[in-house]
Amino acid sequence: MTTIVVLTAGVSQPSSTRLLADRLAEATRRRLQASGDEPRIEVVELREYARDLANHFVTGFPSASLRAVLDEVADADAVIAVTPIFSASYSGLFKMFFDVLDPTTLVGKPVLIAATGGTARHSLALDHALRPLFAYLRAVVLPTGVYAATEDWASDGDLRTRIDRAAKELAAALGLTVTVPTSRTDAGSSDVFADVLPFERLLAGPGTS
Amino acid sequence: MQFGIFSVGDVTTDPTNGRTPTEAERIKAMVAIALKAEEVGLDVFATGEHHNPPFVPSSPTTMLGFIAAQTEKIILSTSTTLITTNDPVKIAEDYSMLQHLADGRVDLMMGRGNTGPVYPWFGQDIRNGIALAIENYNLLHRLWREDVVDWEGQFRTPLQGFTSTPRPLDGVPPFVWHGSIRSPEIAEQAAFYGDGFFANHIFWPTTHFQRLVEFYRSRYEHYGHGSADQAIVGLGGQVFIRKNSQDAVREFRPYFDNAPVYGHGPSLEEFTSQTPLTVGSPQQVIERTLTFREHFGDYQRQLFLADHAGLPLQTVLEQLDILGEEVIPVLRKEFDALRPAHVPDGPTHAALVAQAHGARAVAASDSDSDAALEVSAR
Repeated sequence: MTTIVVLTAGVSQPSSTRLLADRLAEATRRRLQASGDEPRIEVVELREYARDLANHFVTGFPSASLRAVLDEVADADAVIAVTPIFSASYSGLFKMFFDVLDPTTLVGKPVLIAATGGTARHSLALDHALRPLFAYLRAVVLPTGVYAATEDWASDGDLRTRIDRAAKELAAALGLTVTVPTSRTDAGSSDVFADVLPFERLLAGPGTS
Repeated sequence: MQFGIFSVGDVTTDPTNGRTPTEAERIKAMVAIALKAEEVGLDVFATGEHHNPPFVPSSPTTMLGFIAAQTEKIILSTSTTLITTNDPVKIAEDYSMLQHLADGRVDLMMGRGNTGPVYPWFGQDIRNGIALAIENYNLLHRLWREDVVDWEGQFRTPLQGFTSTPRPLDGVPPFVWHGSIRSPEIAEQAAFYGDGFFANHIFWPTTHFQRLVEFYRSRYEHYGHGSADQAIVGLGGQVFIRKNSQDAVREFRPYFDNAPVYGHGPSLEEFTSQTPLTVGSPQQVIERTLTFREHFGDYQRQLFLADHAGLPLQTVLEQLDILGEEVIPVLRKEFDALRPAHVPDGPTHAALVAQAHGARAVAASDSDSDAALEVSAR
């Protein structure tokens, strides 16, 4: 069964960021159902982890509930990441999550990026802020990023078209076999105990085998 | 079971009155704390090693030598000695000298150090942290065990016909612990040599360190030093104690809230539930510390962090009085009663000497019988 984690960094309640996240999740579910897959979709409101994230920054370890979310992302087959655009970029809350996520977690994983904002003038933030972030994390960022300005919620279906296109790309990406490197040095395994070299090899020094 | 304290050696403003001790005051306070530790019957005093403000202990053997001269029983140790950026030759010499002066009351804890710029300041690259720890310690290990060393490695100038002096006291090097917060490679290293493994245990949740200690124990057995439950484990801990737990919480809270490491983050209550920090009555500290054994198995050394975050010297000395009078005697009795006979006690020079001489006696009788076999074969 396919598992998708939806990370949404909206701050108000209700939030248009969450609304966009839900629409993307539903569109993806429909696409996958059409090909016989019944996905498990978990929506995470990062707002609920605002203090846990701040505490992780100063203590260096996650709370048990934040740990569970980080693990959920690691175990997911794909991620839908949605943020409001603040000051020409993703929100601080959104970035905090990816700052504490192990940098190997998203390697090779399909990620659908989406954002909300007051006007369409900020839509390129998807490409100049979110896309480089996920490129650094070596995720497979889907070609279509979905931006929803306030006016889009009353438009004639253009937003829905983009949501459907992105969902179709995500479903297609999930159908592909993505080979993810598994050794720790190649960046993959999140279990640091799994690949500890025996001491004789550690002693022999780096670059030997 | 050994009990002691470990000091970071930070110069921190007391948040309750805005007063910052001078370096001179802090250095003398560390000495006073060490002397008090001996007075109240603790077994170990360990100092950190740092090379940047606001920390004072850049020269641990100077401080420990000064303390050694004024004490008789307490073991002097480090938390930690920077195996990455110190020259292993100088560590071998300095701590061997200290070992002689302190009549064997010396051991060390190796650590990599987590202050990035210290590496370049000492001519190293932090990206080589693990490799430096492994190569440097391997050389240190040989310098203390081989009278004449020929050596060549990646990070230091080669040695030809080098003898580190003075030779270890009684031919037995100081016991070594390896401390790590996150790297299984260091647990692997400790296991390989049959050295001790120390889990910092104070700033992160217990479950994180359980995995490291479990790994160390299984690898210790793998390398043939004994069964997993015989591996030598040390743990950190952090306490603030008053007769009434409400008083402890009220007095410690401003220090906690402004502490350099975790201040301005989680609440005291959250941090107490997530990490081994215990703020309360002697009984609460005893109960919490006894749970460490349930999490990590029988272990050999418990060190507490007592003097940090700007706590005044007088308060720290009171803490040591409470530890020595009301906490440690109970813990010592409980832990020692629970520890099975085949699990070793904390390492001392006397025990290591006895062990070495026993091993030599066995080796001698082995070679005697080899000789006898040779004779009979002729």
